[in-house]
Amino acid sequence: MEHMTNIIELRHITKTYEDGFSAVSDLNLEVKKGEFITFLGPSGCGKTTTLRMIAGFDLPTEGEILLNGKPITELPPNKRPINTVFQRYALFPHMNIYENIAFGLRQKKTPENVIAKKVKKVLELVDLEGFERRSIDTLSGGQQQRVAIARAVVNEPQILLLDEPLGALDLKMRKEMQLELKEMHRELGITFIYVTHDQEEALTMSDKIVVMAEGKMQQIGSPEDIYNEPANAFVADFIGDSNIFNGIMTGKLKARFCGGEFVCVDDVEEGTHITAVVRPEDVILTAPEKGRIRGIVTSVIFKGIHYEITVESGKNEIVAQSVNSAAVGERVGVQVEPDNIHIMIAEDHTNIFAAEINKNNELEYNGTVLNVPLTRIIRGSREEDGTLLDASGSEIDLKKIRIKISIKPQDIELTDEQEEGLVQGCISNLIYKGDHYSYVIHTDLEQDFVVDDEYLWNMDDQVGLLMPVEKMVFTVRK
Amino acid sequence: MYKNIFSRKSLGIPYLLFLLLFVLLPLFVLIYYAFTNGQGEFTVLNLTGFFTDPNTLGTLCYSFGIAAVTTVVCLLLAYPAAYILAISKLPAKSIIIMLFVMPMWINFSLRITALKEILTWMEGRLAYHPFFNTVLGMSYDFLPFMILPIYTTISKLDGALLEAARDLGAGELQAFLKVTLPLSLPGILSGVSMVFLPAMTNYVVLDMLYNSTYIMGSLIGSYFAAYNWNGGSMIALILLGIVCLFTLMTRGIEEENTRGGALL
Repeated sequence: MEHMTNIIELRHITKTYEDGFSAVSDLNLEVKKGEFITFLGPSGCGKTTTLRMIAGFDLPTEGEILLNGKPITELPPNKRPINTVFQRYALFPHMNIYENIAFGLRQKKTPENVIAKKVKKVLELVDLEGFERRSIDTLSGGQQQRVAIARAVVNEPQILLLDEPLGALDLKMRKEMQLELKEMHRELGITFIYVTHDQEEALTMSDKIVVMAEGKMQQIGSPEDIYNEPANAFVADFIGDSNIFNGIMTGKLKARFCGGEFVCVDDVEEGTHITAVVRPEDVILTAPEKGRIRGIVTSVIFKGIHYEITVESGKNEIVAQSVNSAAVGERVGVQVEPDNIHIMIAEDHTNIFAAEINKNNELEYNGTVLNVPLTRIIRGSREEDGTLLDASGSEIDLKKIRIKISIKPQDIELTDEQEEGLVQGCISNLIYKGDHYSYVIHTDLEQDFVVDDEYLWNMDDQVGLLMPVEKMVFTVRK
Repeated sequence: MYKNIFSRKSLGIPYLLFLLLFVLLPLFVLIYYAFTNGQGEFTVLNLTGFFTDPNTLGTLCYSFGIAAVTTVVCLLLAYPAAYILAISKLPAKSIIIMLFVMPMWINFSLRITALKEILTWMEGRLAYHPFFNTVLGMSYDFLPFMILPIYTTISKLDGALLEAARDLGAGELQAFLKVTLPLSLPGILSGVSMVFLPAMTNYVVLDMLYNSTYIMGSLIGSYFAAYNWNGGSMIALILLGIVCLFTLMTRGIEEENTRGGALL
């Protein structure tokens, strides 16, 4: 393998704002020269803050940034051989395209004839030959984006930072620019650090992806690694479509989740709480008697090259992708090949389950209405005359959204009064954890819940699960 | 007919009447007097008289000087203040802006009288420093009109542009000179015209500070006081022409700037 040097290193980078909000905490990262690396995560995960610290716009509260082995943590942005392509382009409106691109070169006192040559060359690179004298406001969004890239690239930076550069473009334009950026990266040989919340964009373009959430790095690896071997439930959920189940190891290479026992290839100790991830394309639908579990098809959507089929088994929902269609209401079996089951040891036992929306636009689980208005769950929405409208005022199709509820094990209480619980089940596993017991409750709806409780219950006890609504976290998936 | 009474067009009628009665009609009266003599006969003597009389020409230059110096003083005071206010993250920002604007809420003649008292106490006889006193009085009066538009333009400036300049290798000073300053030009221009134009025509300040010299405003006043309506109207008309010219000029610069012609 060829020896590659680290162009930039982040060591224990922490950024805490004055109000105590921690945008990035203890981030460690090495970027190799010439790599295309992408920071991927939902908004507010700290990816842009990290980029701004590399650019020099923000100072880390703790930690060190090294460029080619030398510390640059407190170097002002104009002293760094790094250039940025800004999210909203940030082109100078009082200058024409030539002057915009020449800006950086002029700061370096480059002779005018060299500037002219370089500007011409870089305009060819971004496919805008002859646009020198045009003013910024005569350009389309895509063209402005190209000028922004040209303005950064013309300085021949060692690192090019791109902060969601395609976010403001329409889908078609975005796809085109993705390919062009990738091509440009190959041609220029500059290290690209790219920030996006679009997982598909990250998978298409990057050599390496850094998945971030809540200011912490969740996983770093090649697109294939991230997709096939997600490090935790967050990554699995964020990258691609996934079926994610809580479960438990029931024997050697045997795991129980989703109401059935599956053979897997990950050797995890018996009794361990696990999170099992199965990609929709790996779910095999069979005749009912041939599947590990049985279920009923609840929806079939044609996606162009495949069908997306949702199967309900007990209260578990399994999404499958198949080239063969199925009929809604059909009884099917579900099978998964052992090596397509990705088992993760659950450090975070957060229970995730799906809720339903009833006719009155209320959230329902197991026949109980949850006292939470939908307008509070779907950000920016409001209710008018019994229909739910999104922020732009158009109606939300409640059939098209799914709402998932997460609740932490310590927030669930067990009770003898079964009917008082939101759901009922029997204790199928218990482990003493020093100061509390960790239980797995197999519910009547064929789901497994992990519950931490300080009181001792016995195996096979029938219990009700009390889940306070204020401890639930709701996520909306379209 | 009745149903259209509140149409958009009919809503404009009150202002149209106002415009006719108090803007256009007086303008025509002004033009009429400017080009006639005492007997009501057409003449251009008022015009040629203005440009051949060294006294009136001198007053014009003096007025221009006062207005220009007032504008420069206001700009030099206002820009740094507006800039610091706009970029600061002070929680009490709005209170400081209010402090700048507050003099405008206090009665004008009261303010100038107070200023007069202070100046008299410092200088003795005010007539000894007419230029200084007038510039001071006018700057005091017009400063908020310079601060506000500049403050507004700078605070609306996209912070990413400054970051882009820094990113492309510009130091703080260069970023200011190449980005902030040219982009705050519209604010500067509107501030300049809001100070320069009234400074050119205003004469109350000078009058109240007991000055011994004439500026354009007081010159016109003196003509009318002497019942020379024709001469006074011509000077007023010439002043109007100069003001129009200036306005067109600043507008021209502004358009040039927004079209992308770099000024610096």
